[in-house]
Amino acid sequence: MGAQVITVTSGKGGVGKTTVTANVGMALAMAGKKVVCIDADIGLRNLDVVLGLENRIVYDIVHVVEGRCRTRQALIRDKRVPDLYLMPAAQSRDKSAVKPEDMVRICEELRPEFDYILIDSAAGIEEGFRTALAPADLILLVTNPEVAAVRDADRVVGLVEAMGKPTPKLIVNRLKPDMVRRGDMLDTSDVLEILAIELLGVIPEDEQVIVATNRGTPVVLEERSPAGQAFRAIARRLMGETVPLFLSEDGQGVLGWLRRLVRSGGGR
Amino acid sequence: MSWLDRLRGQPSPRETAKQRLQVILVHDRSDLSPGLLEVIKDEIIAVLSRHVPIIAEEVRVTVTQDARECRLVADIPLGNRHSRS
Repeated sequence: MGAQVITVTSGKGGVGKTTVTANVGMALAMAGKKVVCIDADIGLRNLDVVLGLENRIVYDIVHVVEGRCRTRQALIRDKRVPDLYLMPAAQSRDKSAVKPEDMVRICEELRPEFDYILIDSAAGIEEGFRTALAPADLILLVTNPEVAAVRDADRVVGLVEAMGKPTPKLIVNRLKPDMVRRGDMLDTSDVLEILAIELLGVIPEDEQVIVATNRGTPVVLEERSPAGQAFRAIARRLMGETVPLFLSEDGQGVLGWLRRLVRSGGGR
Repeated sequence: MSWLDRLRGQPSPRETAKQRLQVILVHDRSDLSPGLLEVIKDEIIAVLSRHVPIIAEEVRVTVTQDARECRLVADIPLGNRHSRS
């Protein structure tokens, strides 16, 4: 038994994979779970920066694969929450340095000690993508409500099915409710209808995410940030709780609008 | 989208994006380009014409989809052997 392995992927780059991995990982740890986030984007590592742990890296995943350190030595413990660890990617190597079977082996070794293993996939659908997917029990597909990102997400759904992996669950990131209301942006319901997969969460566009990334303190640590609330809701759904989509505590602004949408029977 | 566009009955950017995506994904998922569909249509017409009279200009070959299932649909109106030359 042991940890559930969750791979975060997207197809298109820049839609928020790393932000989702960092924040969902931290939200799970804040809820008392033992979590390790693995950066599988070898050569273009960023999860360390988003988590604010870049200064503490000694060993990385390639050192583990090459047997130059023990698996535990490559884990950096986040001091802000009880049980969150990062296994960083190597920056000076390429995707071929970690094979799918290496990722499976590392996850098997970590499974007994953790509740969740989150893998931040590389963009694209090549080697790095397959490596990140190899050990996955659950796949989170991140997209933005725009044509190119949804198109690439659809490719990923097809590839994941072809690999015999479970159908991904969808996270719609950077939704702008004002633009949707004006008819200027795809709504979550449009994306869902097109991709025809299960929705796990919607994250509203939130400037706090950029501020948080600049500081290296994930936005989920900000109590009042709308994006932070959305990430905490996703974490709770992963833990098996039923959290209504779009529910907000304050009822005003972005999330208030989303709540009104749900009440009026919108969504799908 | 401005109220003027809406007044003119222009589709919203949201609707346009959705429609474009639906067309793009039909071709992505089936690996059939619009050009290839034309070739298939011409060949269907050529084969069927040898056996049965058909109205070639009204033949439609399209890809439809329901959720993630794609289907190639050919709509081939038959010509009347007696009333048409």
